[in-house]
Amino acid sequence: MSKAMEPDLETPLGRTSGQATKEWSHPSNHWLRGFVLDNRAALGTLAVFIVMMAVFMIANPTVFTTWYLYSSVLTTLPVALFVVVPLVFVVTCGEIDLSFPATMGFASWVFALVVQAGYDPFVGIAAALVTGTLLGFLVGSLVVYGGLSSLIATLGMNFLLRGLIQIINEGKSTALTNLADSAAYRIFSSQIWGIPVQIFWAIAFVVFSALLFNRHRFGAQVKVVGDNPDSAKQMGIDVKWVRVKVFVFTGIGAAIAGTFSVMINFTWWPTAGDGYLLPVLASVFVGGTPTWGGIGTVVGGAIGAVTVSFIQTGVVAAGLSGFYVQFFNGLIIILSLLGHKWNQARYR
Amino acid sequence: MSERIIELRDIKKSYGQVYALGGVNLSVDRGEVVGLIGDNGAGKSTLIKILSGVVKPTSGEILVRGKPVSGWSAARSRDAGIETVFQDRALAVQQTIVRNIFMGRELTSFMGWLKVNKEIAEASRLMREIGFTSKVFTPHSIVGQLSGGERQGVAIARAIYKQAELIILDEPTTALSLTETAKVFHFVRQVRASGRSTLFIGHNIHHVFDIADRFVVLDRGKVALTADRTEVKSAEDLINFMEDVAHPGGLPGLHGEAEQRA
Repeated sequence: MSKAMEPDLETPLGRTSGQATKEWSHPSNHWLRGFVLDNRAALGTLAVFIVMMAVFMIANPTVFTTWYLYSSVLTTLPVALFVVVPLVFVVTCGEIDLSFPATMGFASWVFALVVQAGYDPFVGIAAALVTGTLLGFLVGSLVVYGGLSSLIATLGMNFLLRGLIQIINEGKSTALTNLADSAAYRIFSSQIWGIPVQIFWAIAFVVFSALLFNRHRFGAQVKVVGDNPDSAKQMGIDVKWVRVKVFVFTGIGAAIAGTFSVMINFTWWPTAGDGYLLPVLASVFVGGTPTWGGIGTVVGGAIGAVTVSFIQTGVVAAGLSGFYVQFFNGLIIILSLLGHKWNQARYR
Repeated sequence: MSERIIELRDIKKSYGQVYALGGVNLSVDRGEVVGLIGDNGAGKSTLIKILSGVVKPTSGEILVRGKPVSGWSAARSRDAGIETVFQDRALAVQQTIVRNIFMGRELTSFMGWLKVNKEIAEASRLMREIGFTSKVFTPHSIVGQLSGGERQGVAIARAIYKQAELIILDEPTTALSLTETAKVFHFVRQVRASGRSTLFIGHNIHHVFDIADRFVVLDRGKVALTADRTEVKSAEDLINFMEDVAHPGGLPGLHGEAEQRA
């Protein structure tokens, strides 16, 4: 019966198919133009990065040709990338998560405890991932099902979890000297051709997340929920569960980041992750993800993280004193925001 | 032939002490266009939200094709073949046409990865079907760049994608031009001709009168009248009736259900 209905439905609004053009095409549907328009936030961030590096190099051409500088950035940058990328999902979903530093500390603490107890570091990584997932779920549920403001609730959770770590550890760190001999260390934290191997894992994570964001149901629903939660609900999307999932994703990313930072330093500190709060947040927004939700860019966020991590090294290497670092941090953030505002139209 | 697509039995909905719906019975048969009219505050929107699963009724029963349903939700409603074109269109304006058409119903292969090319092809086909052939727009165009009528087109394309059995149009002609309104009417007639059903909600009684096979007048949360096309001579009859309901008197010759309200 439904077969017989179809001919009528071919033209519900009264146009014959013959009149319709075969395919839509943009008047200037060049692939390059489409690519630029689709990725203009990420490309804008890349432009900011290139200009910034050019300025540093003009100031001091010799230092930027030395390898150790890049090497040091490539050691710490991956840790940031594992939290910047999930945060792009969170911000696109219309939320914010300020609890990831404590989640980094908590999950890596579990990792340190497991390794210190003599288990294989792989077991420790698994335990850290489970911890990160559970903490992400806890924070997400609190925000979503508790109906709390994510800005305040995650800030509270950050203090709460960090406080728990401090109470139990009383400021004492954990050294993991036997880590260097393990297979896990060679896979996740050694060097290949002089390049810290973490960066390859981080790049893989960025690529996977970019696909998740643009080519997966999860990313599609995150964007729709951030754009118009009422419509998403009307179309049958479980808005609350999508929101919880972005917090879980952040928890997992924070667990990986925390574990990597412990593996780099062979030591777990009760403050692990604390220093990442502001640089990571700045990276997301420098990267071109707007604050209002609905749109975002994973690749832009990653480039934003590269930019932010080069500011400090760049300022010092360019011959300025460390006192200039904060000033340049602020300058880059403000200039990026102005650039993105000019670059992106906001639809309401 | 006239299979009952959906039936609401004694649906009540209260917000705190206030009853938005005080026991509504409503049914839609296959191939029928039901026009739902009523003043502001009559409970039309609440009724639509209950049908589309967005709002859960306080009490009452919902039957889909004769079977009572449990755990009614927006996802369930769409799975049951009920598609709603909401008054506000329910679009995400920063997303592409493709993403809006497949909102909540993404075409995926294994593990939830999107079938991007299939989605684009299907979106192109749907937009052509509803006469959306402008060369300025592609399936990748952002909905925020479209006009009101074009946005309505996206919402309708989304509703017809899955060959829905019942299409609910909530005030579809509001804020549309004459030609766009004519397009919507033509669309409703096509849906009827294909043997499927429409629930047409309208402020404009003339519009509803032109298109519907059966009229349901809602007044202060209750059905004040159900009348077949043959029982109502003109749109003025309906308008008079609604005025009488608002200022009690009754309209002779119509089997009104006004006494239910007593």
